[in-house]
Amino acid sequence: MDGVIGFIQDLGPNLQLVLERMPMILDGVFITLLASVLGAALALFIAFAFGLALLAKNVLVRGVARVFVEFFRGTSLVVQLFWLAFVLPQLPYPLGFQLDPLLVGVLALGLNYGAYAAEVVRGSIGSVPTGQYEAISALSLSPARGMFRIVIPQAWALMLPSLSNLWIQLLKGSAIVGTVTLYDLFFQVEQLRDRTGTWFAYSFALLAYYLIAWLIVILMNGLEIRAKHQIGRGPALKDSWRSLFRAPGSTPGGGRSARVVRDRSVAKAGTAGEGGLA
Amino acid sequence: MPENTAPTGTADVPHIEFRDVVKKFGDNTVLDNLNFTVSKGERVTLIGPSGSGKTTILRLVMTLEELSGGYIHIGGTPLQYQEQGGKRVRISDKRRRRTTTGIGMVFQHFNLFPNMTVMENIVEAPINVMGLKKAEAEAKAEALLDKVGMGWKKDARPNELSGGQQQRIAIARALAMDPEILLLDEVTSALDPELVGEVLAVLKDIAAETDISMLIVTHEMQFARDVSDRVMMFDQGSVIEEGLPDKIFSEPENQRTQDFLRAVL
Ligand SMILES: Nc1ncnc2c1ncn2[C@@H]1O[C@H](COP(=O)(O)OP(=O)(O)O)[C@@H](O)[C@H]1O
Ligand SMILES: [Mg+2]
Repeated sequence: MDGVIGFIQDLGPNLQLVLERMPMILDGVFITLLASVLGAALALFIAFAFGLALLAKNVLVRGVARVFVEFFRGTSLVVQLFWLAFVLPQLPYPLGFQLDPLLVGVLALGLNYGAYAAEVVRGSIGSVPTGQYEAISALSLSPARGMFRIVIPQAWALMLPSLSNLWIQLLKGSAIVGTVTLYDLFFQVEQLRDRTGTWFAYSFALLAYYLIAWLIVILMNGLEIRAKHQIGRGPALKDSWRSLFRAPGSTPGGGRSARVVRDRSVAKAGTAGEGGLA
Repeated sequence: MPENTAPTGTADVPHIEFRDVVKKFGDNTVLDNLNFTVSKGERVTLIGPSGSGKTTILRLVMTLEELSGGYIHIGGTPLQYQEQGGKRVRISDKRRRRTTTGIGMVFQHFNLFPNMTVMENIVEAPINVMGLKKAEAEAKAEALLDKVGMGWKKDARPNELSGGQQQRIAIARALAMDPEILLLDEVTSALDPELVGEVLAVLKDIAAETDISMLIVTHEMQFARDVSDRVMMFDQGSVIEEGLPDKIFSEPENQRTQDFLRAVL
């Protein structure tokens, strides 16, 4: 019952099956969302902690952060997941822990994508103009205060497009947590496949993951528009709700260079906003 | 810390003192054993060709650059390094910030904080560095904004303002810290010509109404003439001529000063 012909022939009964299994599938969606949201929260925390540590004056702090980031970027997510699920419990007392499958999934996703995001945080903070740091210093504001009140709010707007992409990747990466007995969307799709065959099941999975990714994109676009508006680089969210639905990282006015030119002209014209989109 | 108790601003202690100051960028020695002083309340303008080290001097006073050799004292207090038992010892960042709290700087490119409103830009440091209450800081900011003619824009964001308006706000922001020393580095060079006047007018008012010591770098020679007590001509990192503005601008003695002034006037 596989193949294109089978897919079309069995579409009706298969959709019937999906409806029957909907409670389980929704459970899976919930677990996928939970792992992606908690994983992203942990990743964000790690990104800021280690991103800032990568910029520290202290060589030791910087070195430790560098080793951490390289380690978690350089080792596979699957291996990290299996290590946490199967090796950690076997470590001798008091190191051995049998973690809840959800915690294993969240930890592995958070550590792995957090390491990537730490580089994003470091890079965005580094691209806040030096004049801002000099003004902080000239006002005798402490470096910590300057970082949290002035540098990070500006860097936040710069890092959101990359963080949005990483979050989508984390969502997609979460499809392997079924292997450590966390029954997510993909696990439920695999159950479905036993009855419907690969064509239908995996096509259904594509669509489901795509829709969840969309939710993330809309949320992140909203945050990005708000952050840009707060540093005076773009319209308020209420004036540009349509750009919520654009693809992650893309710009309403065209490519990256179009954005820069437009920002310059806005700054020069001294206008507050630029209204809706064409 | 006995050297911290030196009285500031007494008549015989220079407000700013450069003692054998050396500044290198890699192998490039920009300032080589520079010595000069600025008295309390004095307005000193630095002139000289591009690359002669004027900005570097201001940035050293603001401690935006690391001193390679020698000492800078502010009202008798060592700024970045002090002599201790014949050794040159670095001063802790915390203690250095206590000294620089009395020093304000206005930059060529304004450097306002784009994530804050005009009002937030001005009250941030008074509240968090001087410990003013929010209401106090805002009342003070409003008075300063009125003085620079920007009271009506206190809720705007910097990107919504012209260069001249941004620079006037940057001046108000520096003044909100009650600086005893104000450093002005080519504050009108980034402005469209028609906006230069409004900024210079504000600075002239401040020069007339306060006794803040000022170290000024500018290419606006008429402004320099109007506000300065003394003009120092720099070339290749050292003072080649100094004196009253009338003297320097009207009858400079040094050939290089004459050439420089002929080129800029
Ligand atoms: N951050 C820096 N790194 C390397 N060289 C610098 C730096 N800042 C200034 N210089 C050099 O120091 C010299 C003096 O510069 P500056 O103080 O800006 O001069 P001015 O303000 O008189 O034009 C120049 O030769 C310049 O190239
Ligand atoms: Mg300069």
